[in-house]
Amino acid sequence: MLTIATGNKAVAAAVKAARPGVVAAYPITPQTEIVEQIAEYVTDGDLESRYIPVESEHSAMAACIGASVTGVRTFTATSSHGLLYMHEMVHWAAGARLPVVMANVNRALGPGWNTWAEHTDAFSQRDTGWLQVFVGTVQEAYDATLMAFKIAEDERVLLPVMVNLDGFSLSHITQALDTVDIGDFLPPCHLPHAIDTENPLGYGPMTGPADYFRFRWDIERSMRDARGVIAEVEGEFCERFGRSYGPTEDYRCEDADVVVVAMGTLGKEAEVAIDRLRDEGIKAGSMRLRWFRPFPDLDLAGRDVVVIDRDYSFGFGGVVAHSIRSKAGVSPYSVIAGLGGQEVTYNDIADFVRDRCPGEETWFGVNDHV
Amino acid sequence: MYEIRIHSRGGQGGVTAAKLLALAAFRDGKYATACPFYGAERRGAPVVSFVRIDGEPIKIYSQIHEPDLVIVLDTSIMDVVDVLQGLKAGGTVLLNSAHPITGCNGASLHVDLTGIALAENLVVAGSPILNTPVLGALAKMGVVTLPSAEQAIREMFADERNVKAARVAYEELKA
Amino acid sequence: MSTIPEEEYIVKCTSACAGCSSSLCLRYVLKAAGPDSVLVVPACCTSVIQGIYPGTAMNVPVYNIAFAAAAACASGMSEAFRALGRKTNVIAYAGDGGTADIGVQALSGALERGTDFLYICYDNEAYGNTGMQRSGATPLGARTTTTPGGKPTAKKDLDRIVEAHNPPYMATACSAYPLDLYKKVKKALSIPGPKFIHILAPCPPGWRYPTEKTVEMGKLAVKTGTWILYEREYGRLTINGPSKTAMRRPAPLEDYIKGQGRFKNLSPEILDRMRQQIERNVQRLAREEAGAC
Ligand SMILES: Cc1ncc(C[n+]2csc(CCOP(=O)(O)OP(=O)(O)O)c2C)c(N)n1
Ligand code: SF4
Ligand SMILES: [Mg+2]
Repeated sequence: MLTIATGNKAVAAAVKAARPGVVAAYPITPQTEIVEQIAEYVTDGDLESRYIPVESEHSAMAACIGASVTGVRTFTATSSHGLLYMHEMVHWAAGARLPVVMANVNRALGPGWNTWAEHTDAFSQRDTGWLQVFVGTVQEAYDATLMAFKIAEDERVLLPVMVNLDGFSLSHITQALDTVDIGDFLPPCHLPHAIDTENPLGYGPMTGPADYFRFRWDIERSMRDARGVIAEVEGEFCERFGRSYGPTEDYRCEDADVVVVAMGTLGKEAEVAIDRLRDEGIKAGSMRLRWFRPFPDLDLAGRDVVVIDRDYSFGFGGVVAHSIRSKAGVSPYSVIAGLGGQEVTYNDIADFVRDRCPGEETWFGVNDHV
Repeated sequence: MYEIRIHSRGGQGGVTAAKLLALAAFRDGKYATACPFYGAERRGAPVVSFVRIDGEPIKIYSQIHEPDLVIVLDTSIMDVVDVLQGLKAGGTVLLNSAHPITGCNGASLHVDLTGIALAENLVVAGSPILNTPVLGALAKMGVVTLPSAEQAIREMFADERNVKAARVAYEELKA
Repeated sequence: MSTIPEEEYIVKCTSACAGCSSSLCLRYVLKAAGPDSVLVVPACCTSVIQGIYPGTAMNVPVYNIAFAAAAACASGMSEAFRALGRKTNVIAYAGDGGTADIGVQALSGALERGTDFLYICYDNEAYGNTGMQRSGATPLGARTTTTPGGKPTAKKDLDRIVEAHNPPYMATACSAYPLDLYKKVKKALSIPGPKFIHILAPCPPGWRYPTEKTVEMGKLAVKTGTWILYEREYGRLTINGPSKTAMRRPAPLEDYIKGQGRFKNLSPEILDRMRQQIERNVQRLAREEAGAC
């Protein structure tokens, strides 16, 4: 059905379609609308879920873990400090191989309370074993949330998935949304290691170095397999519903001499900059990085690359820029921009391309090349 | 692309007005986005919302710096905010006011949305509802069509008085 | 109110909603505490009310800290001031969510350790900062954005949790009785060790009543016995004036309920449960004060 919705409402609508058995909910700006909307669905009888209004995010993820290990589909949503407060349980969910799906509305971290978009919250969880996808439109927030359940619950994956959307700029924007009748796109959740009183097992007891090491390798093996599963699920989604997604969204890249790599809404805004640059005769393209874990193979060799990081690893550099450097073997122009919701327009992005200095880093609006 | 900036105070319905406008444009078969910009303040603080309408999908997420149209739902904001900032040459200002306001250059239109809402008894928690009548004014200006404006209102509000208020604003605005 | 000093520690206009009682309470808390005080504030409405960088509406240092961490942060600060030989008042000023829900662990730890500080919970009975979701302190039947059908469970009895730690001083207060609040803060700060004050703070947008009714709402909470004003010094309970009367002759509960949008369409069954709750509470405290428990 074609309508309009905010990014938050789109996520909630996808959750309604996915019919999780348990939803754990805790409010935090700018995510709150998701858990509020789900509360309304449950109260109105539009969604038959057990809704647990927990007392903290640590408990939100712990509740999802307890629910998921019975084999029930689970969902929660958070942002920023909420995500950080649940950090221990974020590791736990992945280590326990539970297909929890979580929406994370990307927001900056205090102090200096700031509720606007930044990706540092998600990146602080990048080594937990969660799959992470970043979306750029309201429609994609809906589609990616639906697909997240299918990918997470695939027996070749059995890892939790985090769907990331930019705080306010996507969570609160109203755009067109086409909701689908999902039919049998999502089969019932089946967890091979679900708790079973007929088959009493110990979950997560003391584990020696050799076994522990093997379990970690298992996670990595599934992460690697997840690439194929993601491609399959995105392929099936396209066949059924007509919208196609991949590890990146490439825009006018084929003959580009310079490619802008960005994530989330900045990655969409970059496309407008690309059109302007093309009008000036600059052969530019953009690549919006969607999947961050597992990190995709990118073909960027032989061109200039401008990476926009809405995050920073202090004492090291932009997280995406360094990922590109090590994974794609290019030395990008690293632009740090948009932290804490800093306004970055397509004109600014076009300037990044015009003024690029490959191999260097700049903080937009604060310093020149260092 | 047609770009609109709406100035209001938190709780006055500027954010909903933006959503309604986007929905009406969408029902006209166009692409539209509506995006509020929230500050950290609580109720009563000035809020801006942005609406973009275009024939093509809209990929811009940043704020509107050079609007074609500025809507001021609460003219008391004009004492603290420069509502004309960045207004395109030839751009329009729509004021919620029974009278023209001096100092608003260019094509300045006014309509008494508050009066219309009060006449229809459209009041929630003590405040008149401005977001549905304003849609009628925008229809008169040709930003959206009147049938789409009415449809959008009906999709979001059950109370028919909202549609009526929009029609009154449509009639009252002298475009 | 002749005893309340004229000095203001909330100096510029704050960013609170019109009719906000919790910002009013803060004003009286600071008047009682005086300039040698530091506020420790977790995420809550007060994070916004204090003003936006680079401004501040406050005339005492305000240390903002993460949502769960007020009592623990205040512990560290208090110990450090004492290590420096200073008597500075360390006052945690937290919402009901930051106290009864996510912050209850840190609060329990600080109370049990005997931290020399004052913890004040201003209770607007929901998560105000994020737009009124339910908290553990939301009362039975109240509609919030995460309990659109009304909260099915009762308000968490935070005071009895605190009481179980046997702090030397604890009290309840209400924004509609500022002089009572002022005196309680004064007294609390004169006693070493952990002190706790729980203030009922009516909130117009959250409770859905017109802004000018804020004082009336607080008074009705007390007069109906929904909120009982008392102090507990070294365990000994004293019920305070307005509640003494209310406990003998409570105003009808409907007077309190009917003016609030959050209690719209309460079922008779819920109303009955609310009455029973009040009754139980009143009896328990009356018996205890009479030494009959
Ligand atoms: C770990 C974490 N989770 C969630 C939030 C979002 N948050 C900020 S304030 C708040 C509610 C505060 O409620 P309460 O303590 O009752 O204070 P009030 O806002 O009502 O004054 C929430 C959920 C946060 N800042 N940090
Ligand atoms: S939401 Fe309630 S407690 Fe918070 S600032 Fe507004 S009136 Fe005060
Ligand atoms: Mg509260």
